[in-house]
Amino acid sequence: MNLPKKLTELTHDLNGIKSYAGLVFNTELIPGETDVLVVTIEDREEFPVYITVDESQILCITHVWKEAEIIPAKRTELLESLLMMNLPMPLSSFSKIGPQYIIFGALSTHSSLEELIEEIDVLSENTLIAIEELRDYFVK
Amino acid sequence: MSFFHQLFTAFRGMASEAGETIIDTQAIRILEQEVRDAKKNLDEAKESLAQVIAKQIGIEREIKRLKKTIAEYEEYAIQSLNKGNEVLANEIAEKVADLENELAVQVSVLESYQVSVNTLKQNIRHTELHIKSMEREISVVKTTESVQKANVAAANKFSGSNSALRSATDSLERIKQKQQQKADQLQAAMQLQQQDSGSDLHEKLKQAGLVSEPISAQTVLARLKAKQVEKTNVRF
Repeated sequence: MNLPKKLTELTHDLNGIKSYAGLVFNTELIPGETDVLVVTIEDREEFPVYITVDESQILCITHVWKEAEIIPAKRTELLESLLMMNLPMPLSSFSKIGPQYIIFGALSTHSSLEELIEEIDVLSENTLIAIEELRDYFVK
Repeated sequence: MSFFHQLFTAFRGMASEAGETIIDTQAIRILEQEVRDAKKNLDEAKESLAQVIAKQIGIEREIKRLKKTIAEYEEYAIQSLNKGNEVLANEIAEKVADLENELAVQVSVLESYQVSVNTLKQNIRHTELHIKSMEREISVVKTTESVQKANVAAANKFSGSNSALRSATDSLERIKQKQQQKADQLQAAMQLQQQDSGSDLHEKLKQAGLVSEPISAQTVLARLKAKQVEKTNVRF
């Protein structure tokens, strides 16, 4: 499979579409050592979805909060909550890159466009729900 | 050092730079070298496997030949016995014994080759899986770095240069406000549309003579007066 071609195709296919959940996607391809497709969602521009493709999987990532936003005394409790939420949360999981917390979903490279759209829908929804549910752990 | 430990180091390297998420390129180089070494080992293992299989085929051929020769000589021995030539039969029997010993040796060699082939195949499978998983993990490390860069670019573009300072809860609040605003707008638009279509319809009904003008105080008064006259008429 030609990976850059696949991502370019996705950039084109996802741009301007309205998802099943009624979200409107806008796309932009950011070239780099690994190309990244940025999907911004209308009215949710604060939490774009970053999509990358390699031989084994399609990764959809959204940056949520940073280490500095967490109330230090509640950090352990938050981490435990994240671990516990990982299982019941549909299709998405939490992770951390440096000081940045992320929420992500991984798909097979054989997934259809419809499945990818569903993944973006769910990821964006999970992002808002997670921040809402966990807001007590964050500095006001 | 285990591969997992190195991978962990590479990821931790990203966290060490305060605020910046610069990948530990040295750690990645080491990981990539490890993948190259594993691939070299894999090639060597495949070559060894090919050699052992070639030898195995040779031994199998030899065993087949020995079995055929033993059968032939046994036949000669029986024929000699039938002809009453005990001496020759004895000589042939010695030859058969030698061949059978040789066969036993070759069979045990074949068994050891079979064990080697299975072990090598298992090792190759394991190494292939290991390489695949190492490559996937390196790819994820590189991917996360690119995503970090894209995040900075995208955040600056969509929310201004101070976006990095914005918190998740602030962003959520803004989104909720936008959603509320949209919902309000939608509701207002719907109400307007209802009013519009309501008055349009009334106009059409009126034109069609199906409804009259709106009821006014005068019409109510007129109706009441008419009722009063009716009642008076009944009394007399």
